[in-house]
Amino acid sequence: MTTLADPGTVMDSGDDIAALDTIRRGIAVSPELTEGIRGTLALAVVASLGQVIVPIVVQQTLDRGLNGPGGPDVSFTVLMGVGAAVAIAVTSLASYFMTSRLFTTSERGLATLRIKAFRHVHDLPLLTQNTERRGALVSRVTSDVDQVSQFLVFGGLFFIISAGQVLIATIVMVVYSWQLAIVVWVAFAPLFLSLRYFQRKLSAAYGVVRRQMGAMLAAVSEPVVGAAVVRSYAVEDRTQARIDDAIEQFKSASTTAQKYTVVSFSLGGISAGLANAGVIIIGVWLGTHHGSWASDISAGTVLAFAFLVTLFVGPVQMGTQILTDAQNAIAGWRRVIGILETPADLVDPGADGEVLPRGPIDVRFDHVSFSYPGGPPVLHDIDLGIDSGRRVAVVGETGSGKSTVAKLLTRLMDPTHGAVLLDGVDVRRIAQASLRRSVVLVPQEGFLFDDTIAANVRYGRLDATDDEIRASAAELGLGDWLATLPAGLETRVGQRGESLSAGERQLVALLRAHLADPDLLVLDEATSAVDPQLEMRIGRALERLMTGRTSVTIAHRMSTAESADEVVVVDRGRVVQRGPHAELVAQTDSVYAGLHASWVAQQGT
Amino acid sequence: MSESGATTRAATTLEGFRVIWVAIKREPWVFTLSTVGSLLFGALTVADAWVLGWSTQHVVLPAFDDGEVGAGMLVAVLALFLGVALLRAVGIVARRLGAGIMQYRMQAHSRRAVTRQYLSLPMEWHQRHPTGELLSNANSDVEAAWGPIAPLPMAVGTVAMMVIAVVQMFVADLVLAVVGLLVFPAVIVANLAYQRLASPLMTRAQELRAEVSEIAHESFDGAMVVKTLGREGEETDRFAAKARELRDVNIRAGRIRAAFDPTLAALPNVGVLVVLAVGVSRVLSGATVAGDVVTVAYLLTIVSFPIRSIGWLLGEFPRSVVGFRRVSRVIEATGEIPYGATPAPAGSRGVRLEVDHLAYSYVPGQRLLDDVEFTVEPGRTVAIVGATASGKSTLTALLARLVDPDRGRILVDGVDLRDLDRGQLAEVGALVPQTAFLFDDDVRGNVTLGAAVSDEQVWAALRAAQADGFVAALPHGLDTKLGERGTSLSGGQRQRISLARALVRRPRLLVLDDATSAVDPEVEARILAALREGQEGVDAGATLVVVAYRKATIALADEVVHLQDGRVVDRGTHAELLARSASYARLVNAYEHGEHPPTDPGERDPEGDDLMAGEVSR
Repeated sequence: MTTLADPGTVMDSGDDIAALDTIRRGIAVSPELTEGIRGTLALAVVASLGQVIVPIVVQQTLDRGLNGPGGPDVSFTVLMGVGAAVAIAVTSLASYFMTSRLFTTSERGLATLRIKAFRHVHDLPLLTQNTERRGALVSRVTSDVDQVSQFLVFGGLFFIISAGQVLIATIVMVVYSWQLAIVVWVAFAPLFLSLRYFQRKLSAAYGVVRRQMGAMLAAVSEPVVGAAVVRSYAVEDRTQARIDDAIEQFKSASTTAQKYTVVSFSLGGISAGLANAGVIIIGVWLGTHHGSWASDISAGTVLAFAFLVTLFVGPVQMGTQILTDAQNAIAGWRRVIGILETPADLVDPGADGEVLPRGPIDVRFDHVSFSYPGGPPVLHDIDLGIDSGRRVAVVGETGSGKSTVAKLLTRLMDPTHGAVLLDGVDVRRIAQASLRRSVVLVPQEGFLFDDTIAANVRYGRLDATDDEIRASAAELGLGDWLATLPAGLETRVGQRGESLSAGERQLVALLRAHLADPDLLVLDEATSAVDPQLEMRIGRALERLMTGRTSVTIAHRMSTAESADEVVVVDRGRVVQRGPHAELVAQTDSVYAGLHASWVAQQGT
Repeated sequence: MSESGATTRAATTLEGFRVIWVAIKREPWVFTLSTVGSLLFGALTVADAWVLGWSTQHVVLPAFDDGEVGAGMLVAVLALFLGVALLRAVGIVARRLGAGIMQYRMQAHSRRAVTRQYLSLPMEWHQRHPTGELLSNANSDVEAAWGPIAPLPMAVGTVAMMVIAVVQMFVADLVLAVVGLLVFPAVIVANLAYQRLASPLMTRAQELRAEVSEIAHESFDGAMVVKTLGREGEETDRFAAKARELRDVNIRAGRIRAAFDPTLAALPNVGVLVVLAVGVSRVLSGATVAGDVVTVAYLLTIVSFPIRSIGWLLGEFPRSVVGFRRVSRVIEATGEIPYGATPAPAGSRGVRLEVDHLAYSYVPGQRLLDDVEFTVEPGRTVAIVGATASGKSTLTALLARLVDPDRGRILVDGVDLRDLDRGQLAEVGALVPQTAFLFDDDVRGNVTLGAAVSDEQVWAALRAAQADGFVAALPHGLDTKLGERGTSLSGGQRQRISLARALVRRPRLLVLDDATSAVDPEVEARILAALREGQEGVDAGATLVVVAYRKATIALADEVVHLQDGRVVDRGTHAELLARSASYARLVNAYEHGEHPPTDPGERDPEGDDLMAGEVSR
């Protein structure tokens, strides 16, 4: 729903995947789900047969053994009692093994689904990632997956078994009397026919529930995340009113969904009543008005049928119940699969890809154009070469397209036309691993993980030892800064690095980049004002970080441009000037001279 | 939580009932409705068998004997079957819908109570609790707490059935009834064993779910770093390790469940067999008649299903109790901020602000502010300058009364902030924090926060905050949705919206806590000029407290308060401090060195030219 969103970049909601399709694709993603399915199915048949047989055996023992015409028949009672005990044991064991196996395969399958979906989120283009709320992405790999688990253990297989039981009951009924079998099916026809309707309604209702859930979570997060603002503006009442509203909406959406569930479920009972009445009335009518085609119906047939109807009703109700509960699970499953269906459009050539040699890289933009999907062109026909080892600053007003240059260089996006070449190789042909090894981007806000400084720095090179990190810090002139931290390298940075100041976070990001030891460094200069003394440190560290590498800085400060070997001025998506600072600033009426003049004016205040 | 395992388990069951009792007391009518529905359902299940018997006796057998049947009887059969079926459907609807409504209502009650606490508990409390924990308190913990309500009416209804069945058993044969009733302690033992085995696993699974979710959250938050350093594989490994641990715990819990379910199903059947064995010997010895054995055995089989439904109820208890405890911790937390009864001091110009011997520590013994004292005359501007962690942000939090001082006081126009009535401070002052928080609302709502303000005033405030340009360029102007789901704004744009929110209220005291740090210096200069000199939508007369790093910003202040380690080390004009304080000069000049205006005088482009646009989603 963002203004950035457009059909090409949005995450697949999965909403248009049909239920059966969801299951089919779900199994394809998690093949574990069908492992040993035959054995589980066999156990399930035994367990469900047992559930029918045990009461019958007990019944027989009571009726014939104990309550027999000639007093208790001890030997028959013992025989049946032992038989019942064996049946109970077999049923219980079968049930235990079946459920265990179901739990095992389901949980294994779901773990696979979770992990694959997680990985896929990271493989998605940056643009697509940004169209979803973080929380919504997280819920797709957590609670949405959890929703599926109940269904897989207690739903899927039992639905198949129920269907089988309905089929068997139907066959037995037809054998007894095909006329009455038709009566039963006619009684249930409204239920079967309405199932689709209810499924659709339920699916829509649960869709609303999920949306309201998201809105409610957002509302609930306001007094937590925005506590200071809510407090200092004294808008508690308004915030509470918004939350109450969201809570109420969620409640009413849930109630609506529950109504459909309940009505759909209770229909089964009414059909059963109809079937019973129909069997008796029509059975009696057919049996007493002997037509030539119904002469075989006797009182026994009618009574046996009344019993058969219960065998039919049980699984039908079980099946409807599962179908109803399944809507929620399928909805969750669909959303997770939706992630996997979203194309990861930057294709990694993988093993076939080229590997960049080490050493400073030379960069070439070969007639590169770029536009966001459905948007106007951001870059037009950029043709630019940067020799290896050079320090280049890209400047231009906001919206000029200079940040896009950084995204294309680091292959966060691919150009619409033309190619970006590193050491003469199109970035699209370079193996992703090699590209990430050789090219490092330092973004404006260096994101830190809730771990120690050492762990965050090591993100740049996983096998770095503490000594190597310290040496690396010393090279950047950060040794004394590390020493001022309470626990040195082992200092924890807090969530998103918030225990450190913004400037310190930048230092960690620089250290991380230095340890990664790239051959091409792409810097998106930070704009935030930070503690002045840290600012100086950052400047020094940056200076040393750029030494001996090709570097491209998206510069927001004129001082950066001044100290670069060369400045590239981007204006409205085109390179309008390039050259050393002194040369460009001398070109009167040029874009660069204008930018510089506004800086000088600012200096005066 | 130092109880031993066994007592914890017993306590869990008891506490589970207590949680349910809370729900019943809160929603007695819905509970009654659903229980009556459940009883109706049970009774009509029995009636169904009776109708079949009646039909056999009075319709089927006579009809086949006589060869004909009266239409009236057939109508009666239809009416009976349909009547029972319809009533039973009513019972199902009442039971299940009632249970659902009760569950959703209890969830809503708890969520309202929890969020009310979030809004009334002091900031110190918020700081002690991680965001994720508070969010899950209002969400999954509430859900877990009221989980047992779904199977509740069914269980209560079946308890009634069981009582009737048990009475009948005793009437039939005392000894056999006692034997048969041994099933109940067996069920309880099975349940305790289940709780004992499953509870720790379920608790662990809940923890692991939280950890899996934390990793996912953090990893997706840092997606850009992961991508640019090519660490997708390592991140996936990190996530997979936890996901697999969760899987293994779930499988272990599942195996226990797999053993528990059939045990529960088998117990009544085993009971029947035992009754049968005892019964046969009693019949042979003449102590009882066969019919009574059959009755007791039959009644036992009837209660076997209800026993299972009670098992389902008890099975929900461990999760429910854990959730309820976590929710209760929030609801029972105390420490509301006390308010006085004084109204906001009247006046149209800026307030006189007195900071009087202020001391504050978050952790006892660690002073964040110590003996801070300064006065700002109406309409003057003060800059608070200091290195990282010198106490600047703490001071602004105290000025907005997000926290109260340990010692000393803050006066606006002579009134102690603590004496002001609830909501009155906001009438006078506005704080703009460094990290701009945007509500899940449109631009207008984010600026007005519900106050009765005309669109003209909103635009004027946006203009003063230098935000009118990019807001006008948004697809729906003031109606554009912001927040996490809305348009991605850059950090600087967010700060400017947040500033407009303060300005539209025409505050007499404006506190800016590094509130323009992500705004380009040139734009910042225009904002500050508007604040000092006034323009349409902004009163020039407001008293201004500014925390800042940029020299140009600091230079605009009438006076500078230099903070160091929580103490005021010097006060005076920027020029004076520069001249007499070496540490001050070092602080601000160090910055001057690296600081130059950016090349971006204009507005940030919502089309995403900012690499991090959309990334900033707190």
